[in-house]
Amino acid sequence: MYNINCDVAIVGGGPAGLAAAVSAKQEGANKVLIIERDNALGGILQQCIHPGFGLTRFNEELTGPEYYGRFVDKANEVGVDYLLNSMVLQVNGEDKTIICANSEYGLTLVNAKSIILAMGCRERTRANIVIPGTRPAGLYTAGSAQRLINRQNIMVGKKVVILGSGDIGMIMARRMSLEGAKVVMVVELMDYLAGLTRNRVQCLDDFGIPLKLAHTITRIEGNTRVTGVYVAPVDENKKPILSQEEFVECDTVLFSVGLIPENELSSKAGVLINKVTNGPSVDQYMQTSISGVFACGNVVHVNDLVDNVSAESEQAGKYAARYAMGNFPKTTGDVCCQTGKNVRYLCPHKLALSNEYDKVTLYFRVLSPKQNVTLTVRCGDNIIAKKKELRVSPGEMNSIKVDTSLITDDSITVDVIEGD
Amino acid sequence: MKTDVVIIGAGAVGCAVARELSKYQVNVIVVDKNEDIGGDASKSNSAIIHTGYDATPGTLESQLVVSANPMYDELCKSLDVPFKRVGAILPAFTDEQFNKLPEIKAKAFKNHVYDVEYKTGAELLKMEPNLNPEVKGGLYIPRESIIDPFILVQALAENAYANGVQFLLNAKVTDIKTKDGKIKSVVTERGEIETTYVINCAALYCDEIAKMVGKDEYKVVARKGQFYILDKNTSCKVERIVLPIPTKITKGKLMCPTIHGNMLVGPTAEDQESKVDKSTTADGLDSIAKDVKNLVPNVNLRDTITQYCGLRPNRNPEGLHFDMYDDLFGYVNLSGVCSTGLTLSVAMGKYVVQQLLFSGANFILKENFISTRKGIVKFSEQSLSVQEELIKQNPLYGNIICRCETITEAEILDAIHRPLGAKSVDAIKRRVRAGMGRCQGGFCGPKVIEILARELNIKPEEVNKNNLGSHMVTGRTR
Repeated sequence: MYNINCDVAIVGGGPAGLAAAVSAKQEGANKVLIIERDNALGGILQQCIHPGFGLTRFNEELTGPEYYGRFVDKANEVGVDYLLNSMVLQVNGEDKTIICANSEYGLTLVNAKSIILAMGCRERTRANIVIPGTRPAGLYTAGSAQRLINRQNIMVGKKVVILGSGDIGMIMARRMSLEGAKVVMVVELMDYLAGLTRNRVQCLDDFGIPLKLAHTITRIEGNTRVTGVYVAPVDENKKPILSQEEFVECDTVLFSVGLIPENELSSKAGVLINKVTNGPSVDQYMQTSISGVFACGNVVHVNDLVDNVSAESEQAGKYAARYAMGNFPKTTGDVCCQTGKNVRYLCPHKLALSNEYDKVTLYFRVLSPKQNVTLTVRCGDNIIAKKKELRVSPGEMNSIKVDTSLITDDSITVDVIEGD
Repeated sequence: MKTDVVIIGAGAVGCAVARELSKYQVNVIVVDKNEDIGGDASKSNSAIIHTGYDATPGTLESQLVVSANPMYDELCKSLDVPFKRVGAILPAFTDEQFNKLPEIKAKAFKNHVYDVEYKTGAELLKMEPNLNPEVKGGLYIPRESIIDPFILVQALAENAYANGVQFLLNAKVTDIKTKDGKIKSVVTERGEIETTYVINCAALYCDEIAKMVGKDEYKVVARKGQFYILDKNTSCKVERIVLPIPTKITKGKLMCPTIHGNMLVGPTAEDQESKVDKSTTADGLDSIAKDVKNLVPNVNLRDTITQYCGLRPNRNPEGLHFDMYDDLFGYVNLSGVCSTGLTLSVAMGKYVVQQLLFSGANFILKENFISTRKGIVKFSEQSLSVQEELIKQNPLYGNIICRCETITEAEILDAIHRPLGAKSVDAIKRRVRAGMGRCQGGFCGPKVIEILARELNIKPEEVNKNNLGSHMVTGRTR
């Protein structure tokens, strides 16, 4: 078997893997290797040809390819190695080896000192959410349609209904319209938007595409190609009100109904998976339950802004490099990060206490949309961090910084409270 | 076109009859309305090879199912079909159910299925820890088995093809001509075939075929069966086929592993007029969720990766029928091939040929019959050293297209280019499982379209999901 030795091996060359690689290299790791299944770096951003990336990080509006292009340039500059067209088949967390398949080299064994998991996520499908009806051609997840249109220049349909107001769904509503398709409507189960407000404005409102909140598709019709869907409003328990069901003619249905971190490799490697995020449970160094195995980006939790992914991944890269070089912080214990009022999940899931105090960013999502709120981090009876937000929504990730030197208990709790 | 035998329907039964006939020096054409072999009912069922323990004793169905079951070990070995004898259990949770067990066992014995055993509740829980702990006892039927139903039909068809059988697909039968009490020809959308024999293996449509020769003494009633497939990684699994004790009204819904390690839950049983309506329904799916929890309370249907629906070609009046007619030489009618159709297909093949020989057909055995068939090499199931060797021989084994099921480009190309190869996205899925995993083709779908277009030298918009008209995409972007 073909053998490669390296300090830090990174599974996945998307935005997470790229940022981690650059950061690991800059931290001083000698050989940093990205293993990528696609024929190019960039991951899903290769098909995200729309602008809106980089506002936080670069203070300018970039397209997906422009955004990852900056990281690829940087990776080349600092000398990151990469193996393309290589599908990882196995990750062994204990002895830090990876086996991947590659047409050119055959099976390849990568021996690393630390590993970063950056495989990203996959889309929830029509079947995952159990929409009844027939199974004709013309049903796509929004991301698959995006790949076909933007990378393969193939149009998927002419008259479209989109289920789910996630960002990819809204962006595809605009993209399909620009390509001459008629987007009949976007249907959203919840009574609020799933994605970013700016996408609603730029992708739906500007194109006159109706958004039906608190509605769902109740069944799909058509035996060869889709001929239409039934759409109905839902009651407060999200059950469709069938008496108000309406037939909507279309030849294509796009599903933008959520993303699932792709952790089959992580699970097989024995990495502990958090039940809420469906991603590895990590600390502020982005280290998983297996020592020396790190994770970052959408494989950990689904982000709405790639800028956050980059920041989080740099953290993973930095500490994976330090682990590989033998100067990882000496940890003395863990602090559990707990979800308090109106918080669905937190990442990192725990903080490792060490001799190095740190300002750690806690990322989290709320359970329901609220206005004029205060975000607090409690440790015992003390509030150790506090921040105000005009509005919060499950579709937009929030964050708050905590100073680890202020932690006096074995847990901290994040609350989102209305008012002061 | 001219031949000796036309088989209508390329499902399990049609292909099994074709393979059996291909052992003889006789010209056979299998016609089917669909774009691919595999039929309708043969590709959407519970993928179980039954023992026949619960058949009605003394019927043709009992005779064929019971004799078919033992054939599968040998057959699946020679035709390279994934098959596993996992066994089935019938747990009783109420006194009423418990008291029915002797009756079920006695029926099994009448069907000559003698290896049915009583098990205590504790024994069953040890066998299946996820079983409802209220189990009082039950039956164990060791030879109930699971199979890849797609590959079974492909294997039968490919082997028949290797032995000279021709297949005419996208060829719906529109008429059958007779003359002087004999079959004369079969008219299809792709031309007329002169023939001596016609074997009606048209399942759902067998009554319509029978009508063409005036033998419509029965009606087919489609009985819908809906299923859930669960992710291989679902936490609550079973190792065997877990069957409910049947009631007077229904055989009930089961949970079992598939040969590839998913969990299968279902089916419903709903009679309907339409022979094309294969839609899943909210009510049907809800009823599965409710019923299966009686067997396996912790089953997690949120781990579903797909739901599907099949139509059993039930017959009214009921029952499996084999008919030949004194006043119509050459016509063989099969009807009422339903739930046990997949299992009994291979026995039916032998039975049909036997009956043709008895009735005077002068078929002479070939000396050079090819009895084996090699399937598509499954990269993901090989050892690392074999995987390495495969990539060395053909670098396309190193190019993994379907990440959920680890399916390589080499396997997809084999599926397309082998005899009776795949011409559609679903046909590839049924041959190599690309798109059968948890993302349901979200990642590999676009690549499969590209590969099909390239290999078949067609435009992407000519790539179908399955039958004509099911185009995956509509054309180029602006």
